[in-house]
Parts: sequence; C-alpha cells; structure tokens
Amino acid sequence: MTEADLIVLGAGPAGMAAACQAAGAGLSVLVLDEQPRAGGQIYRDVARAAALRGRILGSDYTGGQALVAALDHPLIAHLPGAVAWRVDPDGTVAFSRAGVAGMARGRRLLVATGALERPMPVPGWTLPGVMTAGAAQILLKASGVVAGDAVLAGSGPLLYLVAAQMVRAGTPPRALVETQGTTDLLAAARHLPGALAGWRMLAKGGALLRELAGAGVPRFRGASAIAVEGADHATAITFDCGGTRHRIPCSTVLLHHGVVPNTQVTRSLALAHDWDAAQRAFRPVRDGWGRTSLSTVFVAGDGAGIGGAGVAALSGRLAALAIAHDLGRICAGDRDLAARPLRVRRALDLAARPFLDRAFPPFRGALAPDDATIICRCEEVTAGDIRRHAALGTLGPNQAKAFSRAGMGPCQGRFCAASVAEILAALQGTSPGRIGTHRVRAPLKPVTLAEIAALADDLPGPGPGAS
Amino acid sequence: MKTAFRDLAAGGASADASEGARVPVSFEGRALLLRAGANLAAELLVAGVMPFRHTPVSGAPRGPFCMMGACYDCLVRIGGVTQQACMIEVAGGMEIAMPPAGPADGGTDD
Amino acid sequence: MEADWAIVGGGVVGLSVAYGLVRRGHRVLVLDGSDADFRASRGNFGLIWVQSKGLAEPAYARWTRASAALWKDFAAELSAASGADLSLSQRGGYEFFLDEGALELQARRYDRLKQELGGDYPYQVLGHNALKREEPAIGPRVAGALFHDEDGHVNPLALLRTLASEVRRCGGTVVNGVTVTDVAQSGGFTLRTADGRSFRAGRVVMAAGLGAATLGPRLGFRAPVRPQRGQVLITERMPPLLSRPSGTLRQVNEGGIQIGASNEEVGLDDGTSASVSARIAAEAIAVLPDLARARVVRSWGALRIMSPDGLPIYQQSAAMPGAFMVTCHSGITLAAAHALRLPAWLEGRADAPDLEVFREDRFS
Repeated sequence: MTEADLIVLGAGPAGMAAACQAAGAGLSVLVLDEQPRAGGQIYRDVARAAALRGRILGSDYTGGQALVAALDHPLIAHLPGAVAWRVDPDGTVAFSRAGVAGMARGRRLLVATGALERPMPVPGWTLPGVMTAGAAQILLKASGVVAGDAVLAGSGPLLYLVAAQMVRAGTPPRALVETQGTTDLLAAARHLPGALAGWRMLAKGGALLRELAGAGVPRFRGASAIAVEGADHATAITFDCGGTRHRIPCSTVLLHHGVVPNTQVTRSLALAHDWDAAQRAFRPVRDGWGRTSLSTVFVAGDGAGIGGAGVAALSGRLAALAIAHDLGRICAGDRDLAARPLRVRRALDLAARPFLDRAFPPFRGALAPDDATIICRCEEVTAGDIRRHAALGTLGPNQAKAFSRAGMGPCQGRFCAASVAEILAALQGTSPGRIGTHRVRAPLKPVTLAEIAALADDLPGPGPGAS
Repeated sequence: MKTAFRDLAAGGASADASEGARVPVSFEGRALLLRAGANLAAELLVAGVMPFRHTPVSGAPRGPFCMMGACYDCLVRIGGVTQQACMIEVAGGMEIAMPPAGPADGGTDD
Repeated sequence: MEADWAIVGGGVVGLSVAYGLVRRGHRVLVLDGSDADFRASRGNFGLIWVQSKGLAEPAYARWTRASAALWKDFAAELSAASGADLSLSQRGGYEFFLDEGALELQARRYDRLKQELGGDYPYQVLGHNALKREEPAIGPRVAGALFHDEDGHVNPLALLRTLASEVRRCGGTVVNGVTVTDVAQSGGFTLRTADGRSFRAGRVVMAAGLGAATLGPRLGFRAPVRPQRGQVLITERMPPLLSRPSGTLRQVNEGGIQIGASNEEVGLDDGTSASVSARIAAEAIAVLPDLARARVVRSWGALRIMSPDGLPIYQQSAAMPGAFMVTCHSGITLAAAHALRLPAWLEGRADAPDLEVFREDRFS
C-alpha cells in the first residue's frame, strides 16, 4: 500500500496543476493516470507531439508542455498507465498497471478525471467509421493520424477546432453538419456582454471559422434528423437542412455535441451531484475550492463542470491550496492570498461559457432518439426499449438498467446514462436532473478477476463483516 | 485494405523520427508491421483493420469510437485478455485477436 | 373498494403473489417503492435452489422442492403469455468444495435430510474426476461437488420484468414510486403513502422486503427481518464455460459468469468492499482457473431479507385479520410457489399448502 498526502486521479490540466501546487507546498503527491504520458485529453501526449505537430494542433495545445514539465518534482510520483478501478471514501484507491493491481491511500483525494463526450445517439452511430470528434483529435495529437473522407456533425466549438486542424494536416473534412441554428445564436446574444470579458476565446472561434471558409469546407447549419448510412461501415451521412434531405458520402463520421463531466468516480463515492441546466449535465456539488460533499475528496477540472483547460488548471491549483491548508502546510491567510489571483483569472476564463453553452446546445434529435436508435452501445439497447420499460413502471435509471440492461456493459453507462435520463425525463415531463443516473460501483473499469483477487495481498485480511 | 486514416509521418508532412521502428504483430492471423510504442488502435486503423470486433450481443461490427478508454468499442484480445486497443501501445510480437462474438450462446440453457 | 387485494411491495415476491391472485380473478393493486430503494429483486443471484435448504427444517426443504417442481410450468405460462424468455434451466446444480473434509461433512448433512424426507432427495457426491467429466473447466484444487438434480437458475431480471408486465396485462394495477407508511383497518384496509395518497383494498399482503421491519408493526406483525449483505461480481460475456450453476458461480444466459457470494451482517449498507471482492474472486479462480483472465464488468452488493432462522415467514395478522405477511430470502426459488400455491392459502381454502411451520410466532 502506497501512502501519500494527496492522490490525484488524472494527469490532465487540473491534475497536473494541482500536483505541482501541492508539491510546492510540501505535500507528497501520487498522480494516477490512465494514459502512458501526462497531459489528459486536451494536452494528450503533448511532450512528444508538440515538436512534431505543433503547427497543426496550435498554441493552445503546445502550451500544455509547461504543466507536463512541472510534474518532474521530487515530491510528485506520477504513475502513467494506472487505471483506478476502485475508490473508497477513506482515500484508498485500487488501480492496475499493465494488468498488475495495487493499492494506494491518500489523506486527501483530488478527482481530476475530466470530461466525456456527450453521447450522441443517432441512427448508425455504432457503425465502424463513426467516432467522436474528440477521438479524431486524439488520433491527431497522440498518433499523428488524421481521419480522411470525414464529415463532422453536431455542435460546439470543438467541431471547428478539429476541422481546422484537419485542414492544416492537409485533409480537410468533406463538410461540417451543424445542428445549432440561428435562433440559438440569437438567444446566446444576451450573454455576449458578459462574454466579452472572455474575448480572446471568442476571437479564436472567429479565426477558426475564417480558416474553414478559406479552405472551402461546406457548412450546413440548423441540421436535423442526422443519420449514418452503412451496413458494415459508415458510407454516408444524411440529414435535413433548409427544407431538403442531404446525403454526403463519406467513410468517417465524427460526432460531437458537447462534453459532460466524467462523474464515474464521484458517483461511485455516492457524493452529492446536482444538475447544471445550462450545460445539461450532472456535476458533483463542490465549494469554491472544489471540496465535495465528502470533506476529504476534492474535484477539479471539467469533471467538476465544463470550463476548459485554463479553468481546469486554475481549479486544480485552488483545490491544492485548500488541501495544503487542510493538512496544515499553509495558513488560511496564505491560502487566501494565493487563491485571489487564481479566482480572478478563473472568472475571466469562464466569462464566455454562458454564451457558448447557449449558442451550441446539444442536438435535440440525439436527446430524444427514435425508438429504433441504439442508446446503449455495449448492450445494444434502443431508445424504444427504454420507453417500453417505462410503461412497466420504470421511474428511474436503476430500474431501467435492470429491465433493459442499458448500462450493464463494459462502458458501465458512460455512453448511455445521459440518454436514459433524457428519455425518462421526457416521458415524465420533468428534468433529467430529477431522474438522476444509475448507481456507479467498482470496478470503475473492467479488470480481470485475478487483479481483484490480488488485492487480498494489500489488505489486512477479510473485513470485519466478511464471513 | 483501404483505410480513411492517414499517418502524417508516412506522408512526410511531419517526419517523425522519434516514433518507433516498425515491428511485426498479427491481427486475426494477418501479419502487420506497426510502429513500436505507438497507440495500437491508431496503428490498426492506419493499417486498414476494421472492424476490430463483433459484439457479443448481436455480432454487429465495431471499431474505435472514443479513443480515450471510455467506450470499450475498440476491444481486442491479447494474451487471452480483453483489452482496449486505444489504451495500449504496440509491442513486437503481439498476437491480436477479436474477442468472442455473439449472438451470445446461452451457455447454460437447454 | 378499489381492489380485493393490495400488495405492498413490487419486487419478485410481491409481484409473484400479485400474479397468482390476478390469475385467479382477484382485483389486485400493487404498491411499489422508489428507484433507489433496497431491492433484492435486482441484486439476487438468480438461483432456483434446492440443495442445502431446510437441513434443519424438512418442511422448508419440501416447500422449496415444491416450488422448484412448479417452476417449469410457471415459466412456460409466463413465457407463453408474454413472449419473454426467462432463460430457465433446471438441469441440476453444484456446490463446489476445495476441501474434501468439508465436502464429506456436508454430504452427511444431506444424507440425514434425505432420510427425514423418506429417501426422496436426489443428490450425488461427485469426486474431482466425476465432476471434471461434467465440467472440464474446473481447476485441480477442486475436491469435488455436491450435485442436486433439482437445482437450476433463471434470469431474475427477466422474471421481474415479465411479472411486472403480466400483472398489468392480466388486469392488475401497479403504482410505482410510493412508500406505504401506514395501514388502517375499517371494513377493509386503507393504505396511506408518504406522498399523502391513500388506497383502499379488501385485504393486504405485506411483501415489502426489508420495509416490513418498519411497516410490519403497523399491521400487528413483529416482522423480525434484518438485512444480510451478499456481494456479487459478474464478468464480461464469455463462451460457454460452466454448464450448470453452483451456489457461488453461474454462467448467465447472456454469457457472463456471475460470482458470489458473501454473507455479511453490515446493516443497511449494500455497497461492496475490496476485501470481500478479493476473497470471492480468489475462490472463483480456484474453481475455474480460466476466470483469472476474465474481466469483471460489474460488482454489486444486495441485501437479503433474513428472518432469525433464515426461513420464510407466512403469517396472517392476529390484530388485523385479512392482513398477511410474506417474506423470504429466496424470492426466485419460491416465486413459482408464491404464484401458484400461496393464493389458496391467502384465500383460506381447504387445499391450501400447510405453512404452519412458517408462522412468525415461532420466534416468540
């Protein structure tokens, strides 16, 4: 059993920044990260890839190198390739590296597990060749692989960034099929005065759009009824736009309509979560430092609510300050003094968020899929299955899971829980926030039985309740 | 096999000297030369491997979807263990197979 | 009167009783709790299990065997009406032993029960080699198994879903998301729920699982039930590995290997623990070494509803005649009896099964 003052789950911007800040205050820090190299998804593999592909990926990406470099600190133990699969309220974490299980215990725990793509169930989305836009970007960052013959579909600034990166890589997408419409932009306009404080982010968006226009990438706005055609592989995307049905042949479809906090760990700890109506997602309840409803557990970064990489790093530092104070390494005065500029910058970085949330809402057609559309990719459960089971008295996601198997597969509901909540909410005329999500339990990621059995070596013997 | 996925380094657009030498692996018995240390799912995509598996539920074909270890669609089998191809790096000699596919045989039914 | 019978509890026990009553023409109302309630019906192991039941009480062995024998017709009836496949298999089942002495000790207990049952208790002792012929996947450390002809398993979630659907289709009413907080008797029963609603019924069956502990006294029952936790692991879907179930391992119809089980006295905590998971994982690997490399996709804890002696309770209230308590920790095994035999007992008919031994005043 490894012991540390602080265990950080995830080496993205929040986790890396928190680890540095905490180590700087004298805390021993153990960073557990699934990936072979630090960076999270936003700075995926940045230490290797910045020099190779920095031109394509842009300065927002290459800027992550500083955070990765700062992980090299005598008080920080960074374990790459470490999959945390059980987290207990006493700060114990069971994890596996290359199939070998181990345990660690931290006096404090920081969950910095980032975001997941919001599931976008449309007909054909399980076909080979259909990926998330984030996946295409990860391929580019980590592997220098660009998806060709592609159409991007959905909504959100990430679509523009990925499209522009594909243009720079010499493989522009065939089209951008955007589900947000003019009314969304008009509604978002009332957030513009506030958003101007975050003008840099808006300016970047404008530059991306000019880049796409310059490359001649066709854009379709206000698209609906999106479907992917194909028998064994994607062969085309079809959609309604401007009163006509369009069909664009392609072998890659990249879907995206926002990202949502990855709450698997915080859910498994049964922490309090609330519904963020603006971002249409659950997030853990936390205070201004990121402290959750369990006082020894903190959350920072997109896993605490979507704010982007800059906000994530600042939130990570704030959490580390609170943890350093908790553990008696800094006094309240020093904590607050150090926090003040971080809070100012965080507020600035968040200024454009309400505008973006409103301008790029989730695709309605994917929130209420047709009956025949699969919503649980693992167990191949359709939206219609959920609706039929609702008629048998399924009030909530746990019963929906028991009746339909949605959420029982290896992804453990990461790509269906939101859809189940949306469908049940629509049937009951309420908000997904009132429906909730199914219970999350260990193993947070499937591990072999041998790995689970191996924990016996790390434990003091059967628990008091065991027979 | 035809693939829509292009390795930038191979095209010379950003020559990538630091990334590994090519090593032999096999996928369902097919011999492949992939870059050692590179992301397995990405390498298989560039090599034109698709699908990665057929689901145990209906036998439907699947390939990588999220590339970040969350969706479990890129599952392959290495050394008798189901693995996420997007979460492991290429090593020489890897024998990669598709996991058992469905539709599931009941196993316990008469 | 809205209903002839109100059933408090929409789990497998309540719905089995409700199904039995609706198919005899009664107007039935089922009041079911919330999505987050403790639900043994969603967490159980799915066994239709005869061996080891009633070693200290042959009447329980008889009742269990009666239900197991009814299961084939019960499942066929449900499937014919609904089209649902319950994945019922009753080809016998094992209790695996790593220790030869423990196997012999348990075999002696089975033999005593067999004598008490007049020689009718179809079990066999299988040594390692005999077992290996049946189940080639067993490991070298397995000493053998007790095999009982009448054991089997079913998909318990398919059963729950099918009962929920069939009770409705046959005219029953199921109200979900309500918690019954009080029951009063005055020319029938009035059941009040936490959200301020009230329901009327001629008679009441309390099949509320652990909820009986708080509601029972309102109906004049002692309701001495307590939670006992069991933890379960289930693997990814696998090709056929185990042809019959055991008390701790079974391959479910979808292909996953389900692994249990623990008996823990931890109160109302249905979580999982690293220590128990590790122990049951190690035991499963000892029995089926191939499982070492199988991925566990889920684990859960669920709370059994235990009476002091572990046997069911069937009791009509002395204080409120017409109110009945039905509880057990083997709701799947007993589902067939609860649907097909218990209604006659509830109706007070002459051909009712003799359930005297399961009265709750045995605990007084």
